[in-house]
Amino acid sequence: MTYSLRAYEYWLTVYRRVWRGTIASSVLNPVLYLAAMGVGLGAVVKKQELGLPYLDFVAPGLLAAVAMQIGAIESSFPVRGAIKWNRQYFAMLATPLKVSNLVTGHLLYVATRVGIATSIYLCAIVAFGAVHSWWSLATIPLCILVGLSFAGPISALSAYAEDEVFNPLFRFIVTPLFLFAGIFFPVTQLPHVLRELAYATPLWNGVDLARHLTLGHPHALRALVQVAYLVLWFAFGIFLARWAYTKRLVT
Amino acid sequence: MAAGEALIHARGLTKQFGALRAVDGIDFDVPRGEAFGFLGPNGAGKSSTMRMIGCVSPPSGGTLRILGMDPVKQGSEIRARLGVVPQADTLDNELTVRENLIIYGRYFGLSRSEVRQRAEELLDFVQLSERADSKVEPLSGGMKRRLTIARALVNDPEIILLDEPTTGLDPQARHVVWDRLFRLKQRGVTLILTTHYMDEAEQLCDRLVVMDNGKFAAEGSPLDLIREYSTREVVELRFPGEAPTVDAGMFDGMVSRVEVLPDRLLFYTDDGDALVPHAHERLQPQSVLVRRSTLEDVFLRLTGRTLID
Repeated sequence: MTYSLRAYEYWLTVYRRVWRGTIASSVLNPVLYLAAMGVGLGAVVKKQELGLPYLDFVAPGLLAAVAMQIGAIESSFPVRGAIKWNRQYFAMLATPLKVSNLVTGHLLYVATRVGIATSIYLCAIVAFGAVHSWWSLATIPLCILVGLSFAGPISALSAYAEDEVFNPLFRFIVTPLFLFAGIFFPVTQLPHVLRELAYATPLWNGVDLARHLTLGHPHALRALVQVAYLVLWFAFGIFLARWAYTKRLVT
Repeated sequence: MAAGEALIHARGLTKQFGALRAVDGIDFDVPRGEAFGFLGPNGAGKSSTMRMIGCVSPPSGGTLRILGMDPVKQGSEIRARLGVVPQADTLDNELTVRENLIIYGRYFGLSRSEVRQRAEELLDFVQLSERADSKVEPLSGGMKRRLTIARALVNDPEIILLDEPTTGLDPQARHVVWDRLFRLKQRGVTLILTTHYMDEAEQLCDRLVVMDNGKFAAEGSPLDLIREYSTREVVELRFPGEAPTVDAGMFDGMVSRVEVLPDRLLFYTDDGDALVPHAHERLQPQSVLVRRSTLEDVFLRLTGRTLID
């Protein structure tokens, strides 16, 4: 673990140069979305349809979506860069660090980024009055898990793929998930096949659990299954990432 | 030499990439304190060998022991005692010179205060103290190379691996790098380097191997190699058009070998000055040059090709 912390320190050193910008957008982003979607759009959505104010419905979904987005972004270009552009992974592998330390160190950094951004987001949700329970605090570790469940497989993809993959990744996976994984409307509105597909995504599981937490009525068993499912994705991602990093860096 | 004494010990070392056998069963031992060079053209297998020694490329066959350890099982422990100067820079351009050194020292587990002090010493050693707080991006190629060398020294390594340390540098920058490497050698650090420059090999290496197609074509000190595979002197003849057809026998035993290059003829002889009038008389060359044999001539003899093509 100490070796992984050394790799983590590299990412923090890099982050120190840009943290102001990310904090600014982490504050601005929730304010804009909650105002437009929660307050603006919420005003024209009938409360009876959902059984709760639209703001209360959409806010925890947006929170989980931010976790996905940061998890995806931080494991795409930065990983590609550490292999192809500044080649920092090669520098690390000339030292006692091992491939597994590179993977863990980077994921620790992703966890940090997601943790900071979603904490700010949660504060904004509180300010908008859409938090109804102390259970809401549990959304932060949940969001970190959601972020990691994306960061694992995506960092594997970033290491493995030779060509441009990030455009299709964001256009055909991240954005559709954002639109259809139960953030803006219940997935029960989707046709049967798509609904089943939505249930299988880590994002829907994160959104659904986050919503139960902020509304203050989590179901223990359902929560457990959802967390276990996300952990499974995360574990699978770590496995994939180690394999892809090894394939690319140790030849 | 017994395997126990050698810092690096290789027998039948092989690296296979698909159908390509990049390194084809090489044997060598490097004792402590030696400067050992791999000389050869691009694609000869030098970098593949270096990556195996750097424990980032598992051998496909044969034995490799570094500091008495197995690079596949104990890579991390070995790397803790190596300094690596890779062929392509792996500096972070967005960080400063000092930050690059510090983060690298941290990878080796140096404490913050330790690594700060070490960074100052190393920046001084490679003459980059004035640029300590500059980003890496705008530095010249020579400065980046020196920073990479400083970084490789941060853990006070027992062995330094240098993969083409001066490729792409201008002559002045190369001399600065050589000077620093020479000082390390004087301190007793073991240097392993690859190069395709003969002058670099002659300047720095106690012993070198000429590598071609994954194999060793010859091995020895630069002087031994020249003595064994070449004559004392070389007479180079240039012609305005195509060089005439010649053979070594034309000069009554004065010439032991002739190399025909596209633009010139090389006559290998022990007495260049004695040969010059004969060559002028018989071949009417445009120009004649008498020089000492170099490793380039050794390479030409061994492989039939010039080193940089």
